[in-house]
Amino acid sequence: MQVTSRHFKEGAHAALHDKDIQKAFSKVKGGFPVARAKAASELPEFEDLRDAGRDLKNHILENLDYYLEYFEDQVLLQGGRVHWCSNYAEARDVILQICRDADARTVTKGKSMITEEMALNDFLEKNGIEPIETDLGEYIIQLAHEYPSHIIAPALHKTKDQVTELFHEKHGKYGFTERLTDPQALVNEARSILRDKYVAADVGITGANFLIAETGSTVIVTNEGNGDLTQSLPKTHIAVSSIEKVVPTLEDASLFLRLLARSATGQEMSVYTTFSTGPKRREDIDGPASFHVVIVDGGRSDLVGSDKQDLLRCLKCGACMNHCPVYQAVGGHTYGWVYPGPIGAALNPQMVGLEETRHLPNASTFCGRCEEVCPVRIPLPKIMRLWREQAFETEVTPKPERWGIGLWAYFARRPALYRIVTRIGARTLKTIAGKKGRIVKLPLMGGWSSVRDFPAPQGATFMDQWKKQNRGRK
Amino acid sequence: MPARDKILGRIRHNLKRGPLGEEAANALKARLEGHSRGIVPNRTELPHKAQVDLFVAKASALAATVARIATLDEVPEALRDYLTAHNLSTKIKMAPDKRLDALPFDKTPMLEITRGSAEPSDEVSLTPAFAGIAETGTLCMASGPETPSTLNFLPENHVAVIKASQITGTLEDSWDRLRAEYGVGNLPRTINFISGPSRTADIEQTLIMGAHGPRRLHILIVDDEKKS
Amino acid sequence: MSATAKPKNVALFVTCLVDLNRPSVGFAAVKLLEAAGCTIVVPKAQTCCGQPAYNSGDKKSAKAIATQVIRAFRGFDYVVAPSGSCAGMIRHHYPELFKDDATMMVEVGELASRTYELVSFLHDICGYRPENVRLETTLTYHDSCSSLREMKVKDQPRALLGSVDGLEIREAEDREACCGFGGTFCLKYSEISESMVDTKITNLLASGAETLAAGDLGCLMNIAGRLKRRGEKMKVLHVAEVLAGMGDTAGLGEGEN
Ligand code: SF4
Repeated sequence: MQVTSRHFKEGAHAALHDKDIQKAFSKVKGGFPVARAKAASELPEFEDLRDAGRDLKNHILENLDYYLEYFEDQVLLQGGRVHWCSNYAEARDVILQICRDADARTVTKGKSMITEEMALNDFLEKNGIEPIETDLGEYIIQLAHEYPSHIIAPALHKTKDQVTELFHEKHGKYGFTERLTDPQALVNEARSILRDKYVAADVGITGANFLIAETGSTVIVTNEGNGDLTQSLPKTHIAVSSIEKVVPTLEDASLFLRLLARSATGQEMSVYTTFSTGPKRREDIDGPASFHVVIVDGGRSDLVGSDKQDLLRCLKCGACMNHCPVYQAVGGHTYGWVYPGPIGAALNPQMVGLEETRHLPNASTFCGRCEEVCPVRIPLPKIMRLWREQAFETEVTPKPERWGIGLWAYFARRPALYRIVTRIGARTLKTIAGKKGRIVKLPLMGGWSSVRDFPAPQGATFMDQWKKQNRGRK
Repeated sequence: MPARDKILGRIRHNLKRGPLGEEAANALKARLEGHSRGIVPNRTELPHKAQVDLFVAKASALAATVARIATLDEVPEALRDYLTAHNLSTKIKMAPDKRLDALPFDKTPMLEITRGSAEPSDEVSLTPAFAGIAETGTLCMASGPETPSTLNFLPENHVAVIKASQITGTLEDSWDRLRAEYGVGNLPRTINFISGPSRTADIEQTLIMGAHGPRRLHILIVDDEKKS
Repeated sequence: MSATAKPKNVALFVTCLVDLNRPSVGFAAVKLLEAAGCTIVVPKAQTCCGQPAYNSGDKKSAKAIATQVIRAFRGFDYVVAPSGSCAGMIRHHYPELFKDDATMMVEVGELASRTYELVSFLHDICGYRPENVRLETTLTYHDSCSSLREMKVKDQPRALLGSVDGLEIREAEDREACCGFGGTFCLKYSEISESMVDTKITNLLASGAETLAAGDLGCLMNIAGRLKRRGEKMKVLHVAEVLAGMGDTAGLGEGEN
């Protein structure tokens, strides 16, 4: 997928002035976070589960090679196939080849972030295969030629009116000509169109929330049921997963399932949690005849053992963005690559380069709400800070900013000199402010003054007054 | 170098070690085979009767409907009553399951029963569940020749039959039952955990029922434990 | 070292913003700490905790400034700051900064463990409650992110404010949301910051309170500055000023009469 993170500030400006985006994303606050808080409060074990989830993921990452190989063995035993891919290009090629072997003309797709990362749809289309997204949100943005603005609610940025127009424009060819405004009617129309697509598809591609080493199963979690129709109706099922999704046992998966839906939508369980193991059995009367697991590295192995390994714990629940005030203000597309919000700010620099994405880890107040709700306790602010440090060290941080900090630090490290500068500073600012007690236009601080007045200093600094009171005993 | 070796090699390199030694590998193998449970919510630590009630309450809260019947033989009539009460089609695609086959459908001549996996034209399905999970009101469906999984998804209305004795406390309990039935390390092709009917909130975060899967989920619980 | 009756020997970490912008907060802190039975020292060699450098990725400068703080604050029972953000920096981030430096770590860990945010220190460690303090006002308390999430300060200020006569607390909606200050964030991403502070202000005003208090001057300057820009009347004070009976001090951004 094309990366536009470089233009974060311009994107933020546009998003902040876009009424629809503002309406859509300001609504997030009252939805997911409220539901999550309720679900968390209704499970007394929730906080302990989060600790256990963090520890279990760490254990898995320490033994990732072992569990992946074990998983592979089980898939093979069950009659499935495993394809290892170092990067996106390899994965796209492998998937294309499987589709070609199946003589596929159309493929249905369940929601999958890793296939977003590798821009699989464009690739398949270029190669003459029609991919059809089946998650309603994904379907909407595919029709609109856009990309997800949220990892579990991809069409969050779309208003109902936009969906009305989109369906009206695109569904005529199926004989649907009415302009629908009722959300239920819109869902029904998409439902009926996609029904035929599921049945006609030659290949179904899904992601995987988990890979179970013990049984060689792939697991998907949905509310709509689209993923299940995708993976059970076509003759071929391809599950695409990144390497960190493996978990040892069914019991271990249960632990994460208790965290995932609660953190994501506030549900105790999503409506459909499905474990797929191998192709259909000989006597089965439905299910795919062939089952492929495509395991993609895509930069993850670089994180293993690094100071940012914690990122690999991510369950892709979306809680961090749901609770992020920056995300709520600027929406998902502003982040400029697949993952928006705090997880994007922490992960995207790794995936697509710090130079391109340097704004992302900087555009945070470190308010800490993301870490507070992350089911596996990923220290997102800390990782953003590591990127800031790396940007500073490698001079990705712009010069004026570096100099500004350097100059400030020069004084901060010299208390005597600092006293003089602050003494003059406080007096000067107070004088500029005069009787009003505030400064409308602060010299050299356009970023402050464009938004706020500057409350003027009271006069003499604390340290000077303290000294004058002769209380400086040390 | 094949991608597999590259990926595993990189992981090991970054973990500053080679492939796990025998001892470490054995410890992990023992962990895999131990199936030890993590933290399990204690809300299901109840007598079985209360677990069934919890299942009913949880499933109902998920917008499934539940009816409790005394014997399996009452399924046809309960099914008929449900379908007529909701003005639904009486053409039923039934899982080709032996126990369902034995049901007295002669008592409900208005029900038109066909057997097999689901087709897009099917409006109502009738399937047996493998287990029920009281913790969350979730059905556990296991696929097989007699229980095609498409029946759980394609028809608009899904009616599932479960015996009270099949209702367990937690997810972990259902794993134990699956292992007992299918053997350790084996699962049927598809295990569906179903918690209520299909839904979406993808248009302006408004909850709409019946996205792709069934619009309605009706659960018939056979109280097979009453007599004891 | 042990006698509980002995006054607590407290070093005040003034914070750079209080020093420069609002010394009255520092004096309020001194007044409160003394009332709570502490003896106060203000180490001279302090400037700032180093957060601006730390959050900008300039680890080297942050470490140098931190080292200066560590030296200046040796030998006290407690280090107290009228800011959750600066106290959080010393308590939680200094150990992070020096985690690879075993020799420094001993002292850093020890400093971290005796560093407190003012209000929680008064409440939790000193068991202090304001007496005969009066302020006729309706007040809403803003939880600064670092006070709330790093220093776990939430109920303590509300408990102490509850002992102020004439003061009625009006909680705002979404009170745990960030105000959009974020240090240099508010300069670098001013438009996003504006949107965040406006959301915050909408909720603060909707509470119907006349006065806003918080425990961090950064947030207060941001919110007060924006309130003034929008022509709103809400008076903005540091919570220490309210608790110390200095509630009649001119609010942030207001001229002295
Ligand atoms: S970082 Fe945490 S909160 Fe964010 S998506 Fe991943 S698991 Fe969820």
